[in-house]
Amino acid sequence: MKDTLTAFVAELRAAGIPVSMVETLDAAEALPHTDLSDREHLRATLGATLVKNPRHYRAFDVAFDVFFGSRSPVSVDDAMGQARPLADRSDDALRDAILDALESGDADMLRRLVQESVDRFGGMQAGRPVGGRYYTYRVMRQLDADDLLRRLLAALTTLDGESDSDRIARAEAGALVDRLRRHVDDEVTARLVAERGAEQVAASRRVALLEDIDLMHATRDEIDEIERVIGPLARKLATRLSHRRRHGRKGRLDVRRTIRRSLAHGGVLLEPQFKPPRTSKPEMVVLCDVSGSMATFARFTLQLTYAIATEFSKVRTFAFIDGLDEITGFFGPETDFSDAVLRMTSEADLVRRDGHSDYGRSFEEMVSRHLDAVTPRTTLVITGDARNNYRPTGAQHLQTLANRARATFWLNPEPERFWDTGDSVMSVYEPMCDAVDQVRTLRQLEAFVESAALPASRRRMAG
Amino acid sequence: MTSWTTPADVSDALTATGYLPDARIAQVVYLARQLGKPVLAEGPAGVGKTALALSLAEATGRRLVRLQCYEGLDEAKALYEWDYHKQLLRLQADEGAPWDELADDIFSEPFLLTRPLLEAIRSPEPVVLLIDEVDRVELETEALLLEVLDTFQVTIPELGTIEAVSTPLVVLTSNNTRELSEALKRRCLYLHVPYPSIERERAIVESRVPELDEDMADRIARMVATIRTVNVRKAPSVSETIDWARTLLALGITELSDDEASDTLHVLLKYQSDIDKVAKELSLPDPADSSS
Repeated sequence: MKDTLTAFVAELRAAGIPVSMVETLDAAEALPHTDLSDREHLRATLGATLVKNPRHYRAFDVAFDVFFGSRSPVSVDDAMGQARPLADRSDDALRDAILDALESGDADMLRRLVQESVDRFGGMQAGRPVGGRYYTYRVMRQLDADDLLRRLLAALTTLDGESDSDRIARAEAGALVDRLRRHVDDEVTARLVAERGAEQVAASRRVALLEDIDLMHATRDEIDEIERVIGPLARKLATRLSHRRRHGRKGRLDVRRTIRRSLAHGGVLLEPQFKPPRTSKPEMVVLCDVSGSMATFARFTLQLTYAIATEFSKVRTFAFIDGLDEITGFFGPETDFSDAVLRMTSEADLVRRDGHSDYGRSFEEMVSRHLDAVTPRTTLVITGDARNNYRPTGAQHLQTLANRARATFWLNPEPERFWDTGDSVMSVYEPMCDAVDQVRTLRQLEAFVESAALPASRRRMAG
Repeated sequence: MTSWTTPADVSDALTATGYLPDARIAQVVYLARQLGKPVLAEGPAGVGKTALALSLAEATGRRLVRLQCYEGLDEAKALYEWDYHKQLLRLQADEGAPWDELADDIFSEPFLLTRPLLEAIRSPEPVVLLIDEVDRVELETEALLLEVLDTFQVTIPELGTIEAVSTPLVVLTSNNTRELSEALKRRCLYLHVPYPSIERERAIVESRVPELDEDMADRIARMVATIRTVNVRKAPSVSETIDWARTLLALGITELSDDEASDTLHVLLKYQSDIDKVAKELSLPDPADSSS
């Protein structure tokens, strides 16, 4: 067990979870008090001692499932040679049986059925350099997951026969199919581990920590997860900022409170009291490229900005594709963010010609129609990949804006090595900005917003 | 105190007090007891983090010592303070006495005001120490807790180091409004408390509102679980689920129909935009229409 623990900790560290020496020792100390035959007990023990951030649980669970699979591993060859009590059933009968087991919650039956399905549909061969996800996908396709979902849904709705339960039934049927998928995945993983060893399988399955996922290439699932953590993240950021504002520097001596406090010491002026410093909150103007590839990134930027809007004295936002329109009115404390984004895409006037980014034209419209939004107190933030589709850059308009603003920042979600390749004109705009940052992940985005929200005198100057 | 030999014992003991732990909570609490380590419970508001500590105190028959954290908490409020006024009186009462004698005297036990942390470790019988909402104190203040959590001792310059007479069972809670320091996390067993599963929430509703009929509890738990999957600004907490169950019971509703669900959504959701959104997503009738 000690060796497994060390290997497991090494895997966690490789996945980016900081596990200290002391925590490893804690885990080792806790193991004798854990019922090792129960997977969930073991998960709780290792989770509580090694992983101290909820955002790291995803990576932890992936590694845990590989190292401490659902059952004692059987090698692929053994599994092939084993008696298959369910082998004589037809594929349809197997599907029916799985449906029954899911509905009745018969875990033992379900496990045996899943084993049979993996035998039958997985087509697993020793030595094939294929990731486990592929086998899982294959089995689920052969089991016809969509059809299972439909039949489960039908079974659940006829049971209740009420209209409002539609969504509830959908959610439950989805959860059941997910459970089946997890069982299949466990089975496949167990067989792969038996063949290749846990270290190797874990390394091939390693997932990026949520804050390090590339926002431009995130999958639908990953985007959902990021959406879920962005609220708490923004709240933490806001707490940190307001805290720093209040405690960063002491203000002027507060004579009245100092004398009042001295009475407790018999009139000796022991503890000087200070007034809270005057807070100066920056104004924020955000220009977002929301054309196809940039939309996701713009969405996260806007979401984070609005979530900490109280830390700015004023926030105005503009979106552009090949035309520019103000979108400030769509967002607010009482409106739902997703609704606002939907309204923005349907109501804002962003397309003038063909719906491909035109930075030059957009900057020009900003200057001609909304120049008053940019004042010497404004921090101007532009997000986009600066891919201008070989159109005029309109750099002089950006210069006009930058000259008026207190500071201008450009966030580019593309890797730095792609800047200025193809139709990207980043280096044309770069001299006008105080800083151009490559912001590809949630972590970088958070760090940027934090630095932009601080008063100018205390901001770390990039570069 | 009752001795626990398996996590199942913990589970039973807590269930007897009306707190229903899942396997993970039971396991972590059991470990905390066995290893003498603090538990750091983190999760959204209203999932029963504080209730866990209260139930632990009840289940073990220990006294609960509570330190409510807030911004600006300092050692005078958390650890100990010298009773300044009493010291002054002592000096005035004994004018002219030799200074050494006086100094020894006024910095001694009778002039010490114990605050929760010191109280917890000086207590002759073991206690449950609840450090509530630890994320509210400043990062620097967290350091105050480290000595206590690590070695269960407090150092007072004038008196020396005071060691724990008994090992307290420590529970820290955090609503996750900021990242706690690594130093603090390292010393604790970390327990992430998410919203309960449907089954557990149903069991909680049944145990808290026993008059409610079983089907109804089931429907309520399912409904709330679905509402939490909708992206709302403030998801309903467990206590709000219980409030909702009580509301429905008080209104004499025994079958949860669309109209009734829609009319009482405001017990679960605290923003109008959330209510509208949930009503739309679950295709419930518009609350404004049905009430007019």
